[in-house]
Amino acid sequence: MSSPPVTVRPPAHARTARTPTASSIAYGIVGVVGELLITVGVLLLGFLVWQLWWTDVEGNAAQAEIVRDLGFAPPVVAEEDDGVAEPRRDEPPVIDEPPHATSFATLQVPRWVGEQERPISQGTDRPTVLDVLGIGHYEGTAMPGGVGNFALAGHRVTFGKPFNRIEELQVDDALVVRTADTWYVYKVTEMEVVTPADVRVIAPVPNEPGVEPTERFITLTTCHPMFSARERYIVHGVLDYWAPVSDGTPAELLG
Amino acid sequence: MYGWLWRHLPGPAPVRVLLSAVLAAAVLAACFLWVYPAIAPFMPFNETTVGE
Repeated sequence: MSSPPVTVRPPAHARTARTPTASSIAYGIVGVVGELLITVGVLLLGFLVWQLWWTDVEGNAAQAEIVRDLGFAPPVVAEEDDGVAEPRRDEPPVIDEPPHATSFATLQVPRWVGEQERPISQGTDRPTVLDVLGIGHYEGTAMPGGVGNFALAGHRVTFGKPFNRIEELQVDDALVVRTADTWYVYKVTEMEVVTPADVRVIAPVPNEPGVEPTERFITLTTCHPMFSARERYIVHGVLDYWAPVSDGTPAELLG
Repeated sequence: MYGWLWRHLPGPAPVRVLLSAVLAAAVLAACFLWVYPAIAPFMPFNETTVGE
């Protein structure tokens, strides 16, 4: 058996003392470029982790805190009706539109079991409302309970994704909106997929722009398909009833 | 690049490994706090509204 050849490696600090040749410089540049490309790849992967996971973690916590900060009083629980609010179908109270980026209501959807109560805030731009506050209210559209179209937008993926499960909604599902003093229970009437330019879906009478409204509609808009901006998923509904918070909680939420 | 960094980190190998990990964590934290939020608006998959 012959002993293996012994290679003597110069110590690391001695490498710099080598006289650089044209080929060693070229190899050095290629090596640095390669390492840079690998680094960019890892950082892009990091962006996906941030966008698809971390913005949800932050968004859910932030939106839960906004709901707490709204300071809505808990609904009154009366002994005789187990805390169920009696549905009222007369003229509901309607609050004025608040300033931009102000949270004024919450949304709860019984169909989305396990989903937290989400705040609704004025405006639909991403930097000041949708990315940080959750659900946005299209400025100039009706307020909760108002005649016309109470139109909302929300992320379906990322930033807490309040409308992530929008495709689970079925006709007659309840959409429960709460302001400080009033419950508004809407029922889903219709779902559709439109292009981003189809503003008619948030017209006072959905899909009939220019027509004077007589009913109290709600419309949710979000992106479709998931992770794409190609189309919009739209859910329309109409007000079923309203109830004062002092009268209890809608039966739909007590289920 | 990383070879150069390794040679210029002080201490024995375990210390260098630890320092490298701290540096990597710092870079990732900076990305999460400032870089990614800054580039997110330019990503094409987050539009939820109609009419814009």
